[in-house]
Amino acid sequence: MSQPQALQAAPMNTGMGNKRQAKGITGIAVADPLLTVADLKTYFFTRNGTVKAVDGMSFAIARGETLAIVGESGCGKSMTALSLMRLIADPPGRIVGGEVVLDGVDLLQLPEAQMRAMRGRDISMIFQEPMTSLNPVMTIGKQIAEVLTMHTRLSRDELQKKVVEMLALVKIPEPAQRAKEYPHQLSGGMRQRAMIAMALACSPKVLLADEPTTALDVTIQAQILELIVDLQRRLGTAVVLITHDLGVVAETAKRVIVMYAGRKVEEASAEDLFGDPLHPYTEGLMASIPRLGLMRGEGAEVDRLQEIPGIVPPLYNLPAGCVFAPRCPRADDKCRSEYPPYEEKRPRHWAACWHAGERANG
Amino acid sequence: MADAVQSVSTSNRPPVLEIEGLKKHFPIKKGFLRRTSGHVFAVDGVSLKIHEGEALGLVGESGCGKSTVGRVILRLIEPTEGVIRVGGEDIRQLSKRELKPFRRQMQIIFQDPYSSLNPRMTAGDIVGEPLSTHGIATGRKREELVAALFDRVGLTRVQMKSFPHQFSGGQRQRIGIARALALNPKLIICDEPVSALDVSIQAQVINLLMDLQRELGLSYLFISHNLSVVEHISQRIAVMYLGKIVEYADKVTIFTKAAHPYTEALLSAVPVPDPRIRRKKIVLQGDVPSPVKPPSGCHFHTRCPYVVDRCKVEAPALREIAPRQFVACHLR
Repeated sequence: MSQPQALQAAPMNTGMGNKRQAKGITGIAVADPLLTVADLKTYFFTRNGTVKAVDGMSFAIARGETLAIVGESGCGKSMTALSLMRLIADPPGRIVGGEVVLDGVDLLQLPEAQMRAMRGRDISMIFQEPMTSLNPVMTIGKQIAEVLTMHTRLSRDELQKKVVEMLALVKIPEPAQRAKEYPHQLSGGMRQRAMIAMALACSPKVLLADEPTTALDVTIQAQILELIVDLQRRLGTAVVLITHDLGVVAETAKRVIVMYAGRKVEEASAEDLFGDPLHPYTEGLMASIPRLGLMRGEGAEVDRLQEIPGIVPPLYNLPAGCVFAPRCPRADDKCRSEYPPYEEKRPRHWAACWHAGERANG
Repeated sequence: MADAVQSVSTSNRPPVLEIEGLKKHFPIKKGFLRRTSGHVFAVDGVSLKIHEGEALGLVGESGCGKSTVGRVILRLIEPTEGVIRVGGEDIRQLSKRELKPFRRQMQIIFQDPYSSLNPRMTAGDIVGEPLSTHGIATGRKREELVAALFDRVGLTRVQMKSFPHQFSGGQRQRIGIARALALNPKLIICDEPVSALDVSIQAQVINLLMDLQRELGLSYLFISHNLSVVEHISQRIAVMYLGKIVEYADKVTIFTKAAHPYTEALLSAVPVPDPRIRRKKIVLQGDVPSPVKPPSGCHFHTRCPYVVDRCKVEAPALREIAPRQFVACHLR
């Protein structure tokens, strides 16, 4: 499967000293990118064959920006985040290609010791299930202090002060008291707050949020999303929000990437993507979610939801041609034989589809 | 409370299920002697009624007792108090044997299609098992019935020989649905049936459930935390908070004129997949209190933005504030 060529020339700026410049990326470019991911490939070598979990992922993100990566289970969105953190279990997985340039440093080229120094200080991640990602036998305060001890040289008192300050920042009531508690003593929402406090303790430049609210109730989800947006505004962190929930995307992100079977299939600003989806998968996803129509004064008519027929193909046995073709209403012979190039179909609106923008019925 | 049960529905068809004042308090046992040191008030006085061919949505956040309601109705969990009438007959005091014919009328679909199917049985056996247990069909006849069920839920007959791990999540949920349909039930309790599925697969399963309802005249008790899904599938909706129903009305009323502050907040918290819409959100503060020690008075007063002194001492009753709209709030 040939990768689409990068359409933009790489900016070759020599005035940056020895800082590494990222290659041009296939996708929406941003002025003065903080983090650039170019043609990232993470493969898993299994008995059933090679699973191309992430197959040529590229994006750039500027300081303080929110970028959402959407897709269904197995589309590679979490693997992308784990690759950026270099937390892919090897074996069976390996990052086989690409660049991840954060502020002039290619993370994929760093020795492990230096990478460890970056994690938590420059790039942080929060996970879906706070209970399984917190240490159950360590107090919340100690776990936050651990990050700070690794990356800073604070005295014990300063450390304690900073921990309480972080817990207060994520709006945990009675922070000094809570710092002495263990994860099981906190509710799901509180644990997620504690994890955010830990991730932001060293004011990283990039926060990778992998389904941060999926395990939470809607009213708690609203609290956590509000908190992330608020902290981002205050600290200027760039946030990569990974989610399957298009509602969460629409409410928090400015720019969206849709992934399917390890690749980008579409990206645009949230307005363009929701207003005029070009890829049939994106269109299908949007049509298949039940919406609260009644609240917006739409009729009480109960229509059938639009389905995307079939299932995501197993990644070790992808069909030839466009991976979405077997489920696609627009698929023709060309789609079944040749993978469509990822192109800028409209200004700042990219998609990989031979029939981008054609409506299924038209 | 009994009145509430009577009048929310406009259906003139007979009720399939009525529950009145249903309570389930789980004892908390502590120490060597397993003395009861307290209770979890999981379900604390719930009354509902489902008519033939109707779908009732039961909505609430985790720990509000909605799943317990479903299980108590089937008597998979024994209720502490209350009446459960199936087809007009109270089944609460029945013995296991007497209960069997009623069990045929009520089936359940679970949330997690991974843990609710026996991994060592073939899909065909899983779906056919209820037919054997209830002595309806065996051998070749059972095989035919199972094959018909597989067709009905959109699985192929070849898959009858496969084991659960060979199916995807959506297909497993179809097996669960086929199993529930095997006995021709009148009522199916759907306990978060699509929560574990991907969006594109979710739509397939919701459509299947709606088609089945239309074709077979089924009734559903649809338990979910997802308001958009509930809006899609049910005609009437009950909202639960900490073991009690706080609002109960038909769908259009709930989504256009919600009166309980909790319903309001719940609706406003659902993210809308449209970036052009910027709504004023009501973000509730704090967490759901523990059902072991529910707050005094109105259970919601600790998080309610409109709380007044009365709410802290007096529990509001579920009152009809408008025709066929029941709300448990002092301020409405």
